[in-house]
Amino acid sequence: MRLKIGIPKSLLYYYYKDLWINFFKYLDMEIIESPNTNKEMLKEGEKLVDDETCLSMKIYLGHIVYLKDKCDYILVPRLFSVCKNEEVCTNFNALYDIVNNVVSDIEILNYNVDLTTKDSELLGFLNMGKELGISYIKAYKAYKYAKEKERDIRKSKELTQEANLEKDSIKILLAAHPYNLYDDLIGKQVIRYLNEENITILYSDRIKKERINEECMELSTDIHWTHSKEVVASINYYKDKVDGIILMSSFPCGPDSLSNDLISRKVKNLPILTLMFEDLNSDIGLMTRLESYIDILKQKKEESCE
Amino acid sequence: MNKIISFPHIGNYYHPIKYLLEKLTSYQIEPSPPITKKTLALGEKYSPSDACIPFKYNLGNFIESLEAGSTILFQAGGGCRYRYYAEVQEKILRDLGYDFQFIKMITKNRMSIKEVYHIFKELNPKLSRIHFFHTFLYTFFYIVYMDKIDVIIRKRIGFEVEKDSFLKTQKKMFQDFSSHHSIIKLTLSYFKYKIKFKTLKINKPKNCLKVGVIGELYTSMEPFSSYFLEEKLAKFHIEIKRYTNMTYLLFVKRFMKKKMLRVTRKYCKYTLGADGLDNVYRTIKLSKKYDGIIHTKPFGCTPEVGAIPIIKKVASDKNIPIIFFSYDANSSEEGIVTRLEAFYDLIKYRKEKK
Repeated sequence: MRLKIGIPKSLLYYYYKDLWINFFKYLDMEIIESPNTNKEMLKEGEKLVDDETCLSMKIYLGHIVYLKDKCDYILVPRLFSVCKNEEVCTNFNALYDIVNNVVSDIEILNYNVDLTTKDSELLGFLNMGKELGISYIKAYKAYKYAKEKERDIRKSKELTQEANLEKDSIKILLAAHPYNLYDDLIGKQVIRYLNEENITILYSDRIKKERINEECMELSTDIHWTHSKEVVASINYYKDKVDGIILMSSFPCGPDSLSNDLISRKVKNLPILTLMFEDLNSDIGLMTRLESYIDILKQKKEESCE
Repeated sequence: MNKIISFPHIGNYYHPIKYLLEKLTSYQIEPSPPITKKTLALGEKYSPSDACIPFKYNLGNFIESLEAGSTILFQAGGGCRYRYYAEVQEKILRDLGYDFQFIKMITKNRMSIKEVYHIFKELNPKLSRIHFFHTFLYTFFYIVYMDKIDVIIRKRIGFEVEKDSFLKTQKKMFQDFSSHHSIIKLTLSYFKYKIKFKTLKINKPKNCLKVGVIGELYTSMEPFSSYFLEEKLAKFHIEIKRYTNMTYLLFVKRFMKKKMLRVTRKYCKYTLGADGLDNVYRTIKLSKKYDGIIHTKPFGCTPEVGAIPIIKKVASDKNIPIIFFSYDANSSEEGIVTRLEAFYDLIKYRKEKK
């Protein structure tokens, strides 16, 4: 029988989905993804942890609860440092242990990436393969295959983004962590609205990878979160090429609380809208702000055309 | 222009830091004015609204220092958002129009002695390696000794007979510690005060209540930010144990990882970021001999919020009462006192039942 691997469609999924899916496909395993986020999931997640936990984390736990009993293993990685001298949000440090402690009776498939202790991603995947009863050689091949696929997909996304820059309509940069950008309860509604208004959207996670370090240094020299660097870099790169920037965060986000402030202090002459998603009841207020923001951009555009 | 160096507050540590800076540079050293409500209000006004409370206190400290005429500011960094404080705070202060030099003590998430030497060499070109190393070592012992004394004080202050006798002696101790040059004299002075604190009159019953204070570093080390939690506990005649201090953070923590992972292996496979794992470890340790645990943190502190579900699980497995305090700029002192009183009644009742 084929092993069923459950992948929660939240948090790290949006960074690593191509890597994960291709890795398990190569090993001929069945992948069970949780569906798009809905309100029930959030409610399930909220029950498990403290009020102060960030919205994205609550959603993630909701996805885990959904996958419970539906698969043999649930993939929950643990990240500490994925690039040299950089770190990730501490929620990812504790991800495995939080899930392991608050959700009972699940089988977790886990790998660890921590460059400070020399645990590389490759090593993590090899060990994960071992746990599933797969030889190192086969796991290595699967990892290489998946990594190549991941690179190709990222490349094609970057190219589409570059092509979008040429368009004539109003262009907006959506700057956020991908797990907020593409989540149904958070960023999707913003994307949907912008699409209806025929606005060209540029995404912060589709900036060319090799540009990140250089562009980020121009805005912030000290930022040490790998995932925030991408957002900051995209803002610096696109700031002269777009009509506006929308920053989206889930409440309370540690990294964003400081980096968003720095961004709005350093990027002048460009309208920036900061949307903070916390409780779902306040969505209407956020959408109103978004609508008036778009109106302003449109007016500006018309004026400049005349 | 006369240069004045300043740095933000954390507990009593301005004594050793001031000593270090005074000996290594030729400038005037003025720690930020003591934290008051005004400090917090200032910090709150200019900080990003979601920043954690230590950020706001630090920024308030800086503004008050600059208003008092300081021209060089020091800031450190740690394992969480703290590492990123410096850059954002510098930008905020520059936007406010202040002119100053900003020195970041930590680069690439660690404080290496070599880097620190270079920082001071730039400030004071005459600085010799031997002098630097000696002063650094002296400050190291200064911090270790004052933390050791602190442990004794925490055990006994709740039962003092003469009011404020401990604090008065501690004040004298800091003056004494700061006046020496040689480490041997410092050590002798430490033993002198150790005996003094141990012989100060107290009235301590044998089975007194014991409480452990754990949590995020700033709120546990800076009394103002926790609304003088330990002072309040002392008034209830409780013996206090606190793990977090500078000695631990700067020197001990790096050797503790393996031991902590071994003790907590039933709950944690990895470190949780910042002091998360440390607090799970402490909960397990405290559950053996103590009557209750108090966990403090700033609102939204990500590493602690992540550790809390695990700490809660440990506490319920080990059957020990635990209370969580989360401070933000608008915390009400009355609310904290009420919850603390209820917690005190609970642990007292449990103790009596035993």
